[in-house]
Amino acid sequence: MGLVDKGRMPAPLTKLFNMSRSYSLWVYQWGLACCAIEMGAAFGSPRYDVMRLGVIPLPASPRQADFVCISGTVTDKMAPAVRRLWEQMPEPKYAISMGSCANCGGPYWDSYSVTKGVDQIIPIDVYIPGCPPRPEALLEGIVLLQQRIKNEDMAAKWRGEEFTSLQTTRERERVANQPAAVEPVAAREPIVVGGGPIE
Amino acid sequence: MTVLSDRQQLSYIASQAADARLNVELETEGMTLNIGPQHPATHGTLRIICRLDGEQVVWAEPSAGYMHRGYEKLTEVRTFPQVTTLVNRIDWLGSFANEVPFILAAEKLMEIEAPPRAQVIRTILFELSRIANVSLFLGDLGVQMGAITPVFLAFRDREYVLNLIESATGGRFHPNFDRIGGLKDDLPAGWIDETRQVMVKLREFCDIIEDLLFGNEIFQSRMRGIGIIPADVAKDYGLSGANLRASGVDFDLRRDQQLPMAWDKADWKVWTHPDGDSFARCWVRLQETRESCKIVEQLLDQVPAGPIMTKVPRIIKVPEGEAWVSTENPLGEMGYYVVSKGDLGPFRVKIRSASFNNISIVPWALKGVYVPDIITILASLYFILGDIDR
Repeated sequence: MGLVDKGRMPAPLTKLFNMSRSYSLWVYQWGLACCAIEMGAAFGSPRYDVMRLGVIPLPASPRQADFVCISGTVTDKMAPAVRRLWEQMPEPKYAISMGSCANCGGPYWDSYSVTKGVDQIIPIDVYIPGCPPRPEALLEGIVLLQQRIKNEDMAAKWRGEEFTSLQTTRERERVANQPAAVEPVAAREPIVVGGGPIE
Repeated sequence: MTVLSDRQQLSYIASQAADARLNVELETEGMTLNIGPQHPATHGTLRIICRLDGEQVVWAEPSAGYMHRGYEKLTEVRTFPQVTTLVNRIDWLGSFANEVPFILAAEKLMEIEAPPRAQVIRTILFELSRIANVSLFLGDLGVQMGAITPVFLAFRDREYVLNLIESATGGRFHPNFDRIGGLKDDLPAGWIDETRQVMVKLREFCDIIEDLLFGNEIFQSRMRGIGIIPADVAKDYGLSGANLRASGVDFDLRRDQQLPMAWDKADWKVWTHPDGDSFARCWVRLQETRESCKIVEQLLDQVPAGPIMTKVPRIIKVPEGEAWVSTENPLGEMGYYVVSKGDLGPFRVKIRSASFNNISIVPWALKGVYVPDIITILASLYFILGDIDR
């Protein structure tokens, strides 16, 4: 990985690495509430069978996981534990927020003890709306996350930047080479399963 | 009773040793073991703090509240029809069963009753949600004992029941189907025949689980004689549901009280077990699943014709008063004490959920057991975190 260390990575090699990474994801399931059962149906049942997508559930510890699936209501008492889990995971790491409660509070939007959105605590890559989402929605979220990983600039990740796609890097280089043409660089957009912004 | 007195003696000796912070015989020091807040063996976000002496638990305390969502306060700012959306999510495995007692309490205050057809369909859906709940328990039990196959079987056969609930109500998990005065919709065409076929599959599932899991020697040796709860202790701690019936107390609210539901139209049995150990609790739940299949099959033959909704005003205002209704939910007795001041929403709702009382026995039941038995006892007590913390 010396090439990455220097901040350079040939595009074909990046693609090769990214493809390998996206099809060997270990998912840590942080099941909190109702969504945990649907997550269990997606990960543990013969009907939905997440392993055919190249995702392996049930790692022994968050230290072995590539991405975490936060499914269910995060309460204020639970929030420090979620943050600690995120800090225990090794880079590169991703997070999926499953269900309305984890996205924005859901039916408990006016509750005194619920954290309205887990994205206040950890950065989220994919949001899955629904209360609870069907297992198919979770599978689609995982596929979208895999597409995002395939398109990631590993050198930028290595430098400690947050998610940067290959297109963004190319755009940056183009803007840097032609200082006259000032074009805004595309910001990091979260993925929402089903499309549309999160209300 | 000899088993009990031995156990009490053991726990007394162990607690004496822990007080001295030193086991004189083995020269070991006590340690504190933290299980949770997120652990696959605790069904969610329960945290249990155990003080150990060697391999033996001398003190255990469940720390609840990681899933507290403030239901009782939220119901005060919702209208009566909106509350069912919330209470669905208390015990998320048997969602429909949570709505029924609240709706019955509101109907009691309004002095109306659902039509007979709605009552029978309510009972069928209630029992289907019980099957969906307990079948996952039977699968999960295997995982906690270290056998991973039962959970695949449970998820496979549970999907059939969820499909039924979805085709009738529109929601896989949270139907929100019950209305004050009846039901939202009628049953779809062909649903009754489909349900009959699924019930045959679920009976097969029960047989497989009985052969595979309950007949297993390892399973029995880890379950039998572990976590014995005598009947008087179970009553003192307010246990209900299968946990109480496994201690030999014949108590089932479906049979013992008169509600506008259709359980009395079917011929079924309340199972009890004299042992009161972990195996008994699991066995009673297995038999209950079979009884539920029986109830559903009998009620499918006698769904009466007629309307599914009685006449209620478009804007529901519940008259002033107080009502308490509890039913036998998959986890035990669940009840709502509804206080209304004649407004659109309830003034106060007290929720009595089964799991909160069921885990109150954990400090007593874990005293003096060995560390692997903690998981067995917690698994057999069967609680759901949403039901504890609300």
